[in-house]
Amino acid sequence: MADTSDFVEEETGEGVSVLRFSGDLSIATIDDLPERLRDYGTDFQQIDLSDTGYIDTVGAWLIHRTARDSGAEIIGANEDAERLIAAVSQADHDVEVRPVPPNPVKRVLNEIGEAVTTAFSTLGGLIGFFGAILISLGALIMHPRRIRWNAVIQRFDVVGVRALGIIGLMSFLIGMVIAQQGAVQLRQFGAEVFTVNLVGRLTFRELGVLMTAIMVAGRSGSAFAAQLGTMKLTEEIDAMRTIGVSPVEALVLPRFLAAVLMLPLLGFYSSIIAIIGGGLLSWVELGITPATFFARIREVVPLTDIYIGLVKAPVFGAIIAVSGCYQGMQVKGNAEEVGSRTTAAVVQAIFLVIVLDAFFAMFFSWIGWD
Amino acid sequence: MVDEKQATDNHDAVLDPSNDASHVSGDMLIRVKGLRNSFGPQVVHENLDLDVRKGEILGVVGGSGTGKSVLMRSIIGLQRPDEGSIEVFGEPLLDRSVEETMDVRKRWGVLFQGGALFSTLTVAENVMVPIREYYPKMDRSFRREVARYKVCLSGLPPEASPKYPSELSGGMRKRAGIARALALDPELLFLDEPTAGLDPVGAAAVDELTQELQQTLGLTVFLITHDLDTLHTICDRVAVLAEKRVIAVGTIPELLALDHPWIQEYFNGPRGRTAATAAKKVAEAK
Repeated sequence: MADTSDFVEEETGEGVSVLRFSGDLSIATIDDLPERLRDYGTDFQQIDLSDTGYIDTVGAWLIHRTARDSGAEIIGANEDAERLIAAVSQADHDVEVRPVPPNPVKRVLNEIGEAVTTAFSTLGGLIGFFGAILISLGALIMHPRRIRWNAVIQRFDVVGVRALGIIGLMSFLIGMVIAQQGAVQLRQFGAEVFTVNLVGRLTFRELGVLMTAIMVAGRSGSAFAAQLGTMKLTEEIDAMRTIGVSPVEALVLPRFLAAVLMLPLLGFYSSIIAIIGGGLLSWVELGITPATFFARIREVVPLTDIYIGLVKAPVFGAIIAVSGCYQGMQVKGNAEEVGSRTTAAVVQAIFLVIVLDAFFAMFFSWIGWD
Repeated sequence: MVDEKQATDNHDAVLDPSNDASHVSGDMLIRVKGLRNSFGPQVVHENLDLDVRKGEILGVVGGSGTGKSVLMRSIIGLQRPDEGSIEVFGEPLLDRSVEETMDVRKRWGVLFQGGALFSTLTVAENVMVPIREYYPKMDRSFRREVARYKVCLSGLPPEASPKYPSELSGGMRKRAGIARALALDPELLFLDEPTAGLDPVGAAAVDELTQELQQTLGLTVFLITHDLDTLHTICDRVAVLAEKRVIAVGTIPELLALDHPWIQEYFNGPRGRTAATAAKKVAEAK
């Protein structure tokens, strides 16, 4: 669009060297002028702008900087140039563009310390929050008319009914994979028939509920955190408090109840579908007819396995709801935090579910349910 | 309705702005003609004409939902109009690729309503983003210097440069947004409600900054606002959006001479009158 800027050095009669600029001095035309000027040094006394055309603040800054560093005098500036150079020289402050990072050793120690305190305060917060839910639940049991059935039923639908499809598909495939892998391994001992034991016991006792819990954590735990987090940001939760509605009662309890009540049902459903998947594969792969398969299942799966699954499920549901709602309620500040809190809710829920599952496995073996 | 001569003499205070737009040319920075915008069945603009002159601060007013922001978004290319033509710096912008309009895009800066600063970058880095995008060859350290003086030029304290947007107050965030809008030394500045959500002191300071920048940098400013004080103190002309088009453009006295109910209500309502008196007092004091 215009002339590229350039400069030449000239000597005047009295031994004064002049830097004569030409062309337009603007962000679009200066090109590599800043570098060239820096390499050029500061051995001149005057800067002549009389041959320059259009100037903008970037050009003005370049001239100002050159004049400042060399102590040279600016001559031949037109009105525009003078005004802009005056404006940018007022804005000349030497500051960093990024905050200065602290010393690395200190930073690492700081981060470790912060991680530890966060871990403990989160654990404390979770337990406290669980306590608040229990108190609220107790109050609600005393005054059952305050239960928001609409909200609770709606959560049942979202957490339970709408998860049926995805959990069914997942469980079906898992049942098939267990049967297929079991058949391959057990065939080496000529014990393919034990595939039935493997599928039956594994799904009822462990995988049905565990996989369901992981799926619900990803599906509903994250939704709880994001919903409550957004409501926190838009001050809906504060508005509720001022009106006298307890957010724990109105928002958290329906979600908590939904998760606690839906998870056993979903877990049981998941186990059944997994068994159907395993049965189908056994029929195709091993030639075990469905009738034989289900008869064997009834023989090899003790009722205690089903009890174990049904005892664990509500606990997992509680963990998912508590960590989802807790993280959601912790949101403050900006929208970015909704995202990070949602991630934290899911990771925390899955982690706690797996840890607790290990404890349950030990406990049930110990009491002789194996 | 108004003959040509009178329209020229009388600036543009006419109820049909297309009338005067036809004979004034040359120094128009933005020319919008026959613009139509709609969202589904809801038509926001119909046959809208607007011209912005070089070197002026044009205030754009209108009730909520009259499409002030949509008009701005159409001009800067974020919203595709159904019909009409838009010229900025004499270049038609519609139906052309981003590459083709790059040279025009470099010459304007935009301040969005919430500031729209990139939250993961510091204020100075925010200013550096457009520079790096359009002039990747510019020397790194020089780019940093440019960002630094731009931040100060926008009236922020120098210590604001290394801060993140979340650490700034509302007024400072607006200034940081202005600094980023000024990054490429634009000739044209779009400001979407620069004083919204600021306290009166902060709002007055932003008005002052806008005027100061307009004068020192020779900018043309397209300013969407609800702030009557802004209109009275810094706008050269005001465009009124109503009935899906620009119903009038002119200085406030010229607009008041028109007998349009909305304009009368807007400028002669209790708030309008207070702002007018205040502006008069300020002018007298000066």
